[in-house]
Amino acid sequence: MSREILITPSIDEIKSLMRVERLPHIWCPSCGIGIVAKAYVEAVLRSSIPLDKHVIVSGIGCSSRMPGYIKLDGYHVIHGRAIPFSVGLKSVNPELEVTIFAGDGDLITIGGNHFIHSIRRNDDINVIMINNYIYGMTGGQYGGTTPPGSRTLTSPYGHLEHNFNMPLLAATLGAPYVARWTVLHYRQIVDTLLEMFNVDGFAFLEVISPCIVYTDMNRMESIEFMRDLRRRVVIDNDADLSDLSISMDPDTRIVVGKFVNRESESFQTRYYRLIKKLGGDLDG
Amino acid sequence: MGSRDGILEPGTYFMRGNDACVEGALIAGCRFFGGYPITPSNEISALMARKLPLIGGVFIQFEDEIASIMGVIGAANAGVKSMTATSGPGFSLMQEAIGLAYMIETPIVIVNVQRGGPSTGLPTQVGQGDFLQTHYGSHGDYMTIVYLPNSPQEMFDMIIKAFNAAWTYRVPTILLSDQMVGHMIERVVIPSLEDILVVDRVKPDVDPEKYLPFDSKYLVPPMAVAGEGYRVHLTGLAHDERGYPTTNPETVSKQYERMAEKIRRNEDRIIEWEEYLTHDAELIIVAFGITSRSALKAVKDARRLGYRVGLFRLKTGWPFPWKPLTRLAEQGCRFLVVEINAGQVVRIVREYIPNELVYHLPWHPGSVPPPEIILKKIREVFNG
Repeated sequence: MSREILITPSIDEIKSLMRVERLPHIWCPSCGIGIVAKAYVEAVLRSSIPLDKHVIVSGIGCSSRMPGYIKLDGYHVIHGRAIPFSVGLKSVNPELEVTIFAGDGDLITIGGNHFIHSIRRNDDINVIMINNYIYGMTGGQYGGTTPPGSRTLTSPYGHLEHNFNMPLLAATLGAPYVARWTVLHYRQIVDTLLEMFNVDGFAFLEVISPCIVYTDMNRMESIEFMRDLRRRVVIDNDADLSDLSISMDPDTRIVVGKFVNRESESFQTRYYRLIKKLGGDLDG
Repeated sequence: MGSRDGILEPGTYFMRGNDACVEGALIAGCRFFGGYPITPSNEISALMARKLPLIGGVFIQFEDEIASIMGVIGAANAGVKSMTATSGPGFSLMQEAIGLAYMIETPIVIVNVQRGGPSTGLPTQVGQGDFLQTHYGSHGDYMTIVYLPNSPQEMFDMIIKAFNAAWTYRVPTILLSDQMVGHMIERVVIPSLEDILVVDRVKPDVDPEKYLPFDSKYLVPPMAVAGEGYRVHLTGLAHDERGYPTTNPETVSKQYERMAEKIRRNEDRIIEWEEYLTHDAELIIVAFGITSRSALKAVKDARRLGYRVGLFRLKTGWPFPWKPLTRLAEQGCRFLVVEINAGQVVRIVREYIPNELVYHLPWHPGSVPPPEIILKKIREVFNG
């Protein structure tokens, strides 16, 4: 059904989809968000969906600045509320391919209620959470994904709370598509995004990304963080999702992969079938 | 046009205010409703849930009021007329998003069927304590257009006006009703569709490369929506004509100014009010919503007793009809503001009318000030 392009787009093609006039971007040196941005642009260029139908939505935070640099219809809304905005867009125009980019604080901390209900409803949206364990833009406070023990601006003695295991949470709530990668997995992110565009329902991808604010506070270099990721990462598509918690302990694994890809029917598909059944006129 | 099963035929009906609001919204073109249960607005979502899919519209009951209004802003940015309905606590939750709608100039309609506040307050009883919140509830300076119905007929008429105003000026527009008007059942006349003015989106007429979402050459720039090929970037950050974030003071103030001016310069077109026996009045009662009905009875009773009293009924709260009010002041009369709150409309009246000429009858939420109480106050004013 899909007619994706298999070859990697050229740098000029990538640039054609960027708002180059807005560069330089706001992201810090060693930040991983730009890698995800490029992967998304590549996936959009290779997808069989017309460019004009791709829409990118975000809330507030570093990751949420992404729509500002990509030449698609883009909406940078308020903190934590990218999901319900996207649900409105998608519900009245099912032709749109709506993708959300959010940080962990935006998506699951302030926006957690929308996350769980949108998965339960199974809205037909793609949600990419860039997890850097911290509120980077505001200077480094802890959030819902900060690993226990981490030092942050607001947990100077070490973080006492537990963090969300996002793939487990999404899968448990019934998300039809769940994956996790790190910014080291550029190709896998592109492939995953292309699969997500074809899911009729809530497709969720977590990308683990370095943040200099986090690494500085935890007395490591970004490059060390990346080396550590490479050392600790295990690809296991069949992993027991309860083993996916992220710990500060360097001897624990960080499990990545495509964990869930199941048959699904979105809320929007169900709703439009209802309209048809009732004889509703879409142009009415 | 196809199936119209969900749209009510023209005619005379005996109808509840909240239901009349739904019938008007659908005629105005509303095809998306996002809401969350809250008393006393629930009849609106119930009827929307039943009717919208019949006419190809979408109803979603969201997880909270924040999600509801964000869904509405999203749907409007796909070009679909959208609304939500709520009451005090839900309206409070929506405030941040109202600021977003103002900032990205998204036409949305919010119905607030007021109950007694603050907090949980009096969920099933009347209140008018959200008047100032409709203009000052969100942070920062912004503008809204606010209609103030006092009957089921006006719930119908004014929701249509609210949609028209929202889509004319690209601004969040509020129908500020109350528990009594929302639940009241009265005669509602639905005119034939040809006799109802419905305003639609002004679409861009330039190529996407030339399109500026916030073009300063317009007061209200034409609106491109998602999926049309214009590749807009909209942000709640202060932005330039392209929609790109900026902190440049000149650019920022130019945009802020245009956004305020689009309402200010059209104030005379937007404001609505009603006068009753004001021509020779020595005292004019200022009221809105359900309170204006009690005030009308008090005015009639006072007239029978020989007091020269009139009524100035606010039909829009914002923009505030200060011009007709100050014109009346020139005839040398005094004013008595009656409202179900501790003093909100009176503050605005006192901005335009000298303090010593303005009397106030505040009223706690939970009931409507009875005509006898208003009459008593009228006598006090006259007899010193």
